[in-house]
Amino acid sequence: MWKTILRRFLIMIPEVIILSLLVFLLAKAMPGDPFTGSINPKADPQQIKHLMRMNGLYDPWYQQYWNWVVHLFHGNLGNSYQYQEPVTRLIEGRAGNTLWLALFTMILTYVFALPMGVFAGRHEGKLPDTIIRVYTYVTYCIPFFVILVIGIWIFGYVLGWFPTTGSISSDASGWLHTVGSRFYHILLPGLLGALFSTVNIVQYLRSEVIDAKHSDYVRTARSKGVPNRDIYLHHIFRNSLLPIAAFAGYSITGLLNGSIFTETVFSYPGMGLLFVNSISYRDYTVITALVLIYGILNLLGTLLSDIILSIVDPRIRIE
Amino acid sequence: MKTASNFLDIKDVSTAFKINGHYYDAISHINLQVQHDEILAIVGESGCGKSTLATTIMGLHDPAETKISGSVDFEGTDLLGLDEDGYNQFRGAKIGMIFQDPLSALNPLKRIEDQISEVMDYHTSLSKSAKHDRVIELLNQVGIVNPERTARQYPHELSGGMRQRVIIAIAIACKPDLIIADEPTTALDVTIQAQILDVLRDIQRENHAGIILITHDLGVVAETADRVAVMYAGQIVEQGTAEQIFNSPEHPYTRSLLRSMPQRDNENDDLYVIQGNVPSLQKMPSKGDRFAPRIPWVPASAHEEHPTMHEVAPGHEVRCTCYKDFTFPDEKGSVTE
Repeated sequence: MWKTILRRFLIMIPEVIILSLLVFLLAKAMPGDPFTGSINPKADPQQIKHLMRMNGLYDPWYQQYWNWVVHLFHGNLGNSYQYQEPVTRLIEGRAGNTLWLALFTMILTYVFALPMGVFAGRHEGKLPDTIIRVYTYVTYCIPFFVILVIGIWIFGYVLGWFPTTGSISSDASGWLHTVGSRFYHILLPGLLGALFSTVNIVQYLRSEVIDAKHSDYVRTARSKGVPNRDIYLHHIFRNSLLPIAAFAGYSITGLLNGSIFTETVFSYPGMGLLFVNSISYRDYTVITALVLIYGILNLLGTLLSDIILSIVDPRIRIE
Repeated sequence: MKTASNFLDIKDVSTAFKINGHYYDAISHINLQVQHDEILAIVGESGCGKSTLATTIMGLHDPAETKISGSVDFEGTDLLGLDEDGYNQFRGAKIGMIFQDPLSALNPLKRIEDQISEVMDYHTSLSKSAKHDRVIELLNQVGIVNPERTARQYPHELSGGMRQRVIIAIAIACKPDLIIADEPTTALDVTIQAQILDVLRDIQRENHAGIILITHDLGVVAETADRVAVMYAGQIVEQGTAEQIFNSPEHPYTRSLLRSMPQRDNENDDLYVIQGNVPSLQKMPSKGDRFAPRIPWVPASAHEEHPTMHEVAPGHEVRCTCYKDFTFPDEKGSVTE
């Protein structure tokens, strides 16, 4: 199993290199140069050229790429045009918020989805299954941001149960109060996010359970005299979780992408909101950095999926 | 000591499946007996209800989708009257079942050892190490060369023949009195087939078990069976000892089946083909001989309106009266009447 994981990890290295190359070339292709907006527009063009040469902008592209990578490893992602602050510091302040929200959403998703999927599959065609199916179809049909807006309207304004913006209340002080306030702020976006992301997993799991229920190895187990409850526990559940486990890493990716919607609608100060703002202000250095980070997180998500799968499924281990 | 009595008595068993809200009989009014130390073969072509009979005995049908009538008397208990928990006392413990497709009948995520010892978890109070010893003993018994290694492996690491041996090991783990083998050799090549049948016979001798061997392979039947029941369209059309069935078959269907087997001394290269098809469940006629449409040259008057079993020799029974004047069309001229 360790062999599989190590091999899978080594494959990731060229993936990251290709990703960084793409991001770098994309950034190079964008209009403007690093001095646009930060230099006196009446400055001597000759002087600007000199500055650009000094900063290595006339070097061959591979030389520039190499410099960029070296800077990356030193934690230097450049300065934001909009905030006039190092990009690393901008992201540092927001990454935590996004991480907590994504983690919370993911936990809620599985807490909801696993029992619902198994229950629906086990009682296929009966009333609870029908209710769960109606829920998944309806939720699947509504765009995510519409769910968010409706959720805010009902629980934020009409009922007033949850805060509708920010990640922490301005008067939070003390350790306990801070943590409590943070949690209170991610409750509604987390719940709504989970409501949406359960749909895929429930549908997947339901059909996997139904498949497993009619499989030959379950019939073998029944012919051994294994009671129904244990058949679900030892045979059906684990086998039908395989695709869900494979999906887990990717679902992290999905949550990060979803965070762009959630954070925008909730004005939640995370990386998603930063991303949207940077796009509207053409803040290229921030966009480049975030694309790179999201890309690497995507790769990590798939890596995680493969590792989980190699743990739960003996068939894909390399001996 | 176990005596040679009928410990399994299947009486008037019918199993109907629900199709579009209506129930259709897949097997109807089956009567069969099995004794200790006996291999009863059930033969017939695909779709005749052989496997349905096996799963009915095991109680593996979904009660919401099937209707079962009659009784299956097993050592004094009517299995069909049991609830799920009651049935689980018999499954695996007193009745072992071997399934047709060794590739899919094992759980892909569990080690062989766990899959075999799972039977013992529910029917014995053996300690962990005792179970391990028994697993190794069983794997030896079914002819696996390196049992310690195999026990640690997963199903995908084994060949089809080895998986079928593992399935047999599961079925016999608790020394059941009855083993139901549903096409145990169909998915295997011929050399492995013979080995698997040998294993089955050895186990039977050792445990004095009764075996129901379900197959469409008459070669397998000739090699192993003591008694044979021939099924057609959900009914038993003929039953008797293996010698009776192979040497003096009476029912037109049995005779057609035997005639469609390749013969070594047959100069004619063409095999006999039974014309027509098995009727589908929905189109099953409610009366008359179900095989009649496939032997159209036999006059309608030769069949009974409600065919019953007739004893032609001790222990040898045939359904319907049409066997009396049945001949194959190409034999007509040569048969002296």
